[in-house]
Amino acid sequence: MKAGIVLFPGINRERDMAIALRRASGRVARMIWHQETDLAGLDLVVLPGGFSYGDYLRCGAMAAHSPIMRAVRAFAAAGGHVLGVCNGFQILIEAGMLPGALLRNAGLRFLARDCHLRVERADTAFTRLYQKGVVFRAPMAHGDGNYFADAETLDRLEGEGLVAFRYATPAGELTPEANPNGSARAIAGIFSPNLRILGLMPHPEDLVDPLLGGEDGMPLFAGLAGAFAA
Amino acid sequence: MTEISESLARSFGLSAEEYGRVLAILGRTPSLTELGIFSVMWSEHCSYKSSRVWLRELPTAAPWVIHGPGENAGVVAIGDGLAAVFKMESHNHPSFIEPYQGAATGVGGILRDVFTMGARPIANLNALRFGDPAHPATRRIVDGVVRGIGGYGNCVGVPTVGGEVDFHRSYNGNPLVNAMTVGIAPADRIFLSAAAGIGNPVVYVGAKTGRDGIHGATMASAEFAEDAEEKRPTVQVGDPFTEKLLIEACLELMATDAIIAIQDMGAAGLTSSSVEMAGKGGVGIALDLDRVPQRETGMSAYEMMLSESQERMLIVLRPGREAMAAAIFRKWELDFAIIGEITDSGRIVVRHGGRVEADIPLAPLADQAPLYRRPIAETKPPPVLDPVAIADPAGIAPALLRLIACPDLCSRAWITDQYDATLGGQTIKRPGAADAAVVRIEGHDLALALTTDCTPRYCAADPYAGGAQAVAEAWRNLTATGARPLALTDNLNFGNPEKPEIMGQFAAAIRGMAEACRALDFPVVSGNVSLYNETEGSAILPTPAIGGLGVFDHAADAVGIALAPGLDLVLIGASSGWLGQSLWLREICGREDGAPPPVDLAAERRAGDFVRGEILAGRVKACHDVADGGLLVALAEMALAGETGAVLDPTPPDLPAHAFWFGEEQARYVLAVADGAALLVAAETAGVPARFLGKTGGGKTGGGKTGGRDLTLPGAVAISLAELRAAYERFFTEFMAASR
Repeated sequence: MKAGIVLFPGINRERDMAIALRRASGRVARMIWHQETDLAGLDLVVLPGGFSYGDYLRCGAMAAHSPIMRAVRAFAAAGGHVLGVCNGFQILIEAGMLPGALLRNAGLRFLARDCHLRVERADTAFTRLYQKGVVFRAPMAHGDGNYFADAETLDRLEGEGLVAFRYATPAGELTPEANPNGSARAIAGIFSPNLRILGLMPHPEDLVDPLLGGEDGMPLFAGLAGAFAA
Repeated sequence: MTEISESLARSFGLSAEEYGRVLAILGRTPSLTELGIFSVMWSEHCSYKSSRVWLRELPTAAPWVIHGPGENAGVVAIGDGLAAVFKMESHNHPSFIEPYQGAATGVGGILRDVFTMGARPIANLNALRFGDPAHPATRRIVDGVVRGIGGYGNCVGVPTVGGEVDFHRSYNGNPLVNAMTVGIAPADRIFLSAAAGIGNPVVYVGAKTGRDGIHGATMASAEFAEDAEEKRPTVQVGDPFTEKLLIEACLELMATDAIIAIQDMGAAGLTSSSVEMAGKGGVGIALDLDRVPQRETGMSAYEMMLSESQERMLIVLRPGREAMAAAIFRKWELDFAIIGEITDSGRIVVRHGGRVEADIPLAPLADQAPLYRRPIAETKPPPVLDPVAIADPAGIAPALLRLIACPDLCSRAWITDQYDATLGGQTIKRPGAADAAVVRIEGHDLALALTTDCTPRYCAADPYAGGAQAVAEAWRNLTATGARPLALTDNLNFGNPEKPEIMGQFAAAIRGMAEACRALDFPVVSGNVSLYNETEGSAILPTPAIGGLGVFDHAADAVGIALAPGLDLVLIGASSGWLGQSLWLREICGREDGAPPPVDLAAERRAGDFVRGEILAGRVKACHDVADGGLLVALAEMALAGETGAVLDPTPPDLPAHAFWFGEEQARYVLAVADGAALLVAAETAGVPARFLGKTGGGKTGGGKTGGRDLTLPGAVAISLAELRAAYERFFTEFMAASR
């Protein structure tokens, strides 16, 4: 798998992502400065977590207008796979590549702790090594991860099977306590209609090593690596 | 035009005698800018004038120490050709005036101290002390400080992995915010601040200069009166996004050969950075303030020299590297300006608008800085309490439930949930998982163990014993994870040094620390002194906070505190039922008296070296030191961390049960091992006291595969983990919810 990680000023989880991608694929991801425009030859483009442009104005709003995003849009339009995690998810939404909005967490505080994600569909390049309904653990670390969209959009996402992950209890139940940021319908991640863009708030890339407490996030990256094993 | 006079100097914090020295050095009346420079350089905060004579007593050397005190941060070799660069620094006064920005800029400032030496910051910790939860200001300060630390650390991209939090009424008007940063650099690529090379360009990089934080160092060198709120304009405003860019840009420049010297602009901003760089290098420096990037118009030389605007660095470049360096800072969208040059004059000359605003000889500014051996009054040691003479008014189980719920012992999750601890993908032991945070070095098998420790109530009762205990506890917490303790940074928070009893506390605490450092081969490599922590004449508890650093050759060796079923529990270290100054005495009996537990450094060393050996041999599944709250609190914390209960053996017949369970003797650890009998034999061979405590799992509740979910005391008194957890997690949620 040839993966590229886009670097905006203020991004800070690019090394975590690079470690997970290399662990999964054995290949070093290309680091792409936000003023570059060439994504040729890549299988996967990743927008990692952090605070692009300090989250000033609105999370992800300024990065969404960066030169590289035209190239990312074109890459996606040509059928390329794009993964946006945390701030990367916020950027994809601000860029209009995924629907909805990410509001302040319901408790109005930054939340950094483990959450549990229920896999809502397993027939995508991102989730192929999970089973539908399985629950995995992932660290979350954000102040603005409260997914919001109007009822019509939420119905459409659900109807078209575009919900990727939901916040759940370890047993897979959806409860208010298991939905730490108050996201609408407990949505933690969503797909584009062609299932080739995934945005999610938690950080599976930070749980890919038994020494760090588990490998719950590994199937996501190993699945991608397997899908592009060539 | 402001008239320069002794009374103006006084309002700047200089004494009449100190002002006389200024006049003698210059041979004339200083300009306003010059008076400003003298007053901040000779402030307690920058000159350490009251503390320097005592700080010399601290041991600072070891074969692994690369740079001890005197540089921006301490540097120790950790193996694989790498060095750990670390320091702790206070931001107490600003955090009282403006909690969010005070704490945030505290984090930003200590980060710069570390990356200015060429190290990438990999971990932050914080030692926090707040006032009585019942005091009306406490909730707002806790909220602001925690948000500020998280707001800065999370955004700047450095995980906040550990620290400590205490509450006591002595901090009502003077909370303590001590921030620690640890970075990693190649051991042979450490950057220092001594300027060199006549004619070399002096470069300003980072954020623009504004009017914030003017005279912050002077503010930090005085007590607060009722007008503390009016000092808000002296607090700086932080921008973690700019700091993140500054880290990346500086590290990129440091990978080249362009830098001769580099120094962050911290307290006293452009003044202290330029004076210290030139002074250390034995050269002169000329600055042209017209070239300083400015955020506001019409700033005077005085304002620019004293501004404490954040996220700025001063660099002496190798000639000919200007264009390359400028391109790096342009890429990161940061200001870059050549604002002066190194001279052979031995003077700092500051020009602004075509006028010389300051012209001061550097040698006397440093050499003739005030140095005081202030009068000291010793603290009278309180009497040793006899445990047999103190009745148990509560019973063991009720006392445990009250202790585990008290603000000093309860779960810190409400706080740590606001700090990103996993960022970087190297955090092996997150907050609460082990006695010290454990962070692996990316791309290596090495890991660091990191902790902050101090028990201020011990220090108040007996500053010597308390100073020794703070060092010993940091060493013990590192040891309890299996790490080899290497060195420490200290943050000495005390009251007004002009009061003999406060200076006596300071001197005794240093003596105690020094003794412990020597006995444990645990030198001081960096530190910070914060005096005048008083509001309206009332001082804080003496708080010499210790930031400890240890190393693992193999990251996988680290152990945490979580119990697992089917193990034997063994106590290492001797028990005497020491209740003086214990939390049990305070929380259950309402008494804050007696002598604190003594620190037997030889016993400490023996017990610690034995425990570390057992951990590194792979025989220990969990380990926790016995500290605040005593043995039963330690066992409860281990049970909660592992969601696994334990059945405990009867207590020794020669001690009251409450003294055995809640006494706070030092040099003790609880180990969970597969073969407790073998551990007892090994301990005896090593000459270390040990006692079988019981077995994990078992009990009435739970059962099945995971074992029991009770902590079962002798006499079959069972406390369910659910009940324990409810008590443990109650305080912060209720305390902070009341703010709505």
